[in-house]
Amino acid sequence: MEKILIEIINLLAVFSLITLPFLNSKRLGIVALVTITIQVLISFALVFLVFTHGNVEYYYQGSFITGNIPIRIDYLSVWFILLISFTFLTGAWYGFQYMKKYQEQTSNLQLHAISYILTFTALIDICIVQNAIVFLLVWEIMAFGSFILIIFEHYKKETLRAGINFLVQSHISILFLTLSFIWVKVKTGSFDFATITSYSALHPSMGIGLFIFLFIGFAIKAGFVPFHTWLPLAHPAAPAHISGVMSGVIIKIGIFGILRMLTLIKTDFIIIGYFILIISVISGLYGVILAIIQHNLKKLLAYHSIENIGIIGIGIGLGCLGLGHENQWLVVAGFGGALLHTLNHSLFKSLLFYSAGNVYQFTHTMNIESLGGLLKKMPHSAYLFLIGSLAICGLPPFNGFVSEFFIYSGLFKGLTSNQFTLTLTMLFSIVALVLIGGLALICFTKAFGIVFLGTNRTEIKADKYFEKPLHFYPLYLIALIILVLGLLPFLFSSTLLKIIGLFQINSGTITIGFMDRTLTNLTVIGAYSFAFIILTGIVFFVRWLIIKRRTSKADLTWGCGYVGETKKAQYTASSFIRSYRKLVEPLLYIKKKKIGAKGIYPNSLKHITHPYDRIESYLIDKPIYLFRRILNRFAFLQNGNIQSYILYGFVFLVAAILFPIFISKIMVFIHLLNQL
Amino acid sequence: MLSFLLIILVSIFFMGLVIRTKSLASGRKGPGILQPMKDIVRLWKKGSVYSTTTSIIFRIAPTVYFSSIIMAILMIPHGNQPGIISFGGDFVLFAYILALGKFLMIISALDTGSSFEGMGASREALFSMLVEPAFFIIMGSLALFTGHTSFYDMFSVLNYGSYISYLIGALSTFVLILIAMIENSRMPVDDPKTHLELTMIHEVMILDNSGFDLGVILYCTPLKFAMYGALIANFFIGSLPLQISLPLFFAIQIVFAVTVGILESFMARFRMSHNPQFIFILTSVSLLIFFGVLLVLGKFI
Repeated sequence: MEKILIEIINLLAVFSLITLPFLNSKRLGIVALVTITIQVLISFALVFLVFTHGNVEYYYQGSFITGNIPIRIDYLSVWFILLISFTFLTGAWYGFQYMKKYQEQTSNLQLHAISYILTFTALIDICIVQNAIVFLLVWEIMAFGSFILIIFEHYKKETLRAGINFLVQSHISILFLTLSFIWVKVKTGSFDFATITSYSALHPSMGIGLFIFLFIGFAIKAGFVPFHTWLPLAHPAAPAHISGVMSGVIIKIGIFGILRMLTLIKTDFIIIGYFILIISVISGLYGVILAIIQHNLKKLLAYHSIENIGIIGIGIGLGCLGLGHENQWLVVAGFGGALLHTLNHSLFKSLLFYSAGNVYQFTHTMNIESLGGLLKKMPHSAYLFLIGSLAICGLPPFNGFVSEFFIYSGLFKGLTSNQFTLTLTMLFSIVALVLIGGLALICFTKAFGIVFLGTNRTEIKADKYFEKPLHFYPLYLIALIILVLGLLPFLFSSTLLKIIGLFQINSGTITIGFMDRTLTNLTVIGAYSFAFIILTGIVFFVRWLIIKRRTSKADLTWGCGYVGETKKAQYTASSFIRSYRKLVEPLLYIKKKKIGAKGIYPNSLKHITHPYDRIESYLIDKPIYLFRRILNRFAFLQNGNIQSYILYGFVFLVAAILFPIFISKIMVFIHLLNQL
Repeated sequence: MLSFLLIILVSIFFMGLVIRTKSLASGRKGPGILQPMKDIVRLWKKGSVYSTTTSIIFRIAPTVYFSSIIMAILMIPHGNQPGIISFGGDFVLFAYILALGKFLMIISALDTGSSFEGMGASREALFSMLVEPAFFIIMGSLALFTGHTSFYDMFSVLNYGSYISYLIGALSTFVLILIAMIENSRMPVDDPKTHLELTMIHEVMILDNSGFDLGVILYCTPLKFAMYGALIANFFIGSLPLQISLPLFFAIQIVFAVTVGILESFMARFRMSHNPQFIFILTSVSLLIFFGVLLVLGKFI
């Protein structure tokens, strides 16, 4: 049954590839929407089947290159299939109206729709295929599909630059994956993922090296620092629904890869745990520190994805330490928190990107400094953005709090352990997580407060707005699920338990029965969030009882007696974060341009800041600059003269033939010397 | 339930005590102990003026802020009487619920579109972010010390053995007093009685609130003080029986209020740019507590 469902999903993708190029923009949208909806419904059915009937495993007869192609659908696969499908569904419905203004670019839209469907299908396949070559193949389809999705507005130079950056970095990721799969193939002679288990069980120390190779490959996709540099470029360049889908689920496939490898590799989980934990703490802090100073709303959200990947990573690291130390609290809280946060982040991040997309459609700018007062003009998007902000800050009663609470409880449990290093690591992870939470609060009070509240800071040539139903219905669906997850997290506890059971729990001290109780202790948090809502409701009711008899009038904002135009006197995003910026200045890299007041009657003052990424400048820009300098020396070779190109070919051929002969002559000579 | 009622009771006269101490220290007689509460009740009876710039955020924020503090108070135990809400890791919810209230107050300040209120909002956001790690490290130290992760379990098991553990108690009290001062925007960080909007933090955020909402916000200050006072009291009450713990609780709250008054009378406000350094000191002191706990438990390698 599951086999048929998977085949239908893939066949639908092929069908769309054949039919979509022949449709005009109007029909194209509808057909693409219907196709993706059917695909998503089928994958929901698949998720349901696997969760009720258990794992599925079957084989395809591959060619002589690939060998047997095993398809294994386990709980981890379907968990990711679930969140990928949901985000792609809302993305498609939201994107349907977002793309309406590009209606005349028919061929561009056709390519876009096909890539959307192909990327979705490839993501589903990545979750289930367990043959290295086929895995790399679908991974490549996914990477290339998302590249085309990003460069929809390819006529803009910035977009194309971001897209190519993405493409290059995706292929560095693929390079690392390929190398590690070759490693396994050479050692075991098979492309089946199951051989990773048998190989690492025989050589546990090699397993760590292999894991680090795989981790780097997946980390580039997921956006762990220092492999994150493509992320803040690609997100602002893509259309809003693509940013939402990309930040929500495409980067999560990196997390899936890491988790999948953890279920396969048998090695020293303590070292891996510390390794992941340290990288994640750095990612989390670095992401949010940079997110705050961004002026571009989408870039801000992109840096926040790095932060959330950090939080997920902290959970994974914690789980690994739990496996190593055989502490079931850490396993449950760590992996449970990471899995739940993956789902949660896919929900609120897509919600935030979609509502940011609405802002863009209305104002045609993403510059936070020039926005303001949008709540009155687009209330639905504003409230949805607020819900997303509260959830992403991890505040109760929304879903972000549940997963962060999981991770916190795990960290506090780990704190009370007997190992000194573990205790200290846990303490610093707690401090990091607290700081991440506090900084996220600054970041989103800034984003929401400046963009939606107050009054408009500049005159925006806005369209006459119209919040049409499709602008916010898919978003309300996400908001509803955010609230349900925040209040009723126990709905997912049996599911989480099944997934956690997949990890290599190889000792008798950790049993599923105990885990069940632990998880119940953790999910109880939803009840208290619910209590808070009721309490707030009561307080509101009391307030209403009291103030209904009181007078209330409207007047201007208090301006110390000044009653004129105050638009420009409002606090801006830069001034809101100024004291913060001064504090973290040493970590940042901000390009500043300042024209101060000069003379007795200064007329024009200017202060322009461009936040930049210090890691990007050291890790990407510097090496590229050096490469260029070296390679520029050889620029004379490219002289556009066909005769010299033929000469190069000739020289190459001669060298290729003569070189081995030359080597063998030298060898003969060395032999001669040896014999003397 | 007991601790909730006690905190509400203390909140009624707490600010009065602080103000009385301050006036005595400056050589005045000062108002009655219930005067601040009477002012708040008077505000509750007044009508309100809303700015035309504001939206619904501005109207709901004070109420959510208030209910977030009530929710936090519900979690605080009294010695061996658990709070109404008590579960493993409840202090995480405690901190995050307070953060929710703060989030809404900050955006409601930005909602008015006034430059002063934006300024206050910016400072509040930064300082509350900086103060959070200290609280979590103290709670982590307690969790490590007692092996439990809820307020009630930690405080009911807490007992002092060696000299270092007394030091830990003293340092934690010191840090919690300063956390309370910063959270309520009091003296070393902010001066609530200043006359200049440019130098305020919390007071400037609520410039545009009036009537009932202003009363609610003002009442939150003594509530928060009493809440932190109750936390401090729990360090000393332990599992003492009620007839000792009740007078001890009130004594500690009164000493706390007088301390706040004395601190405010004899300390000058820092320069705004020096506040972050000051708040970082709290984090390092709480790290000291943590290492003290490790020392007591003999977990240092």
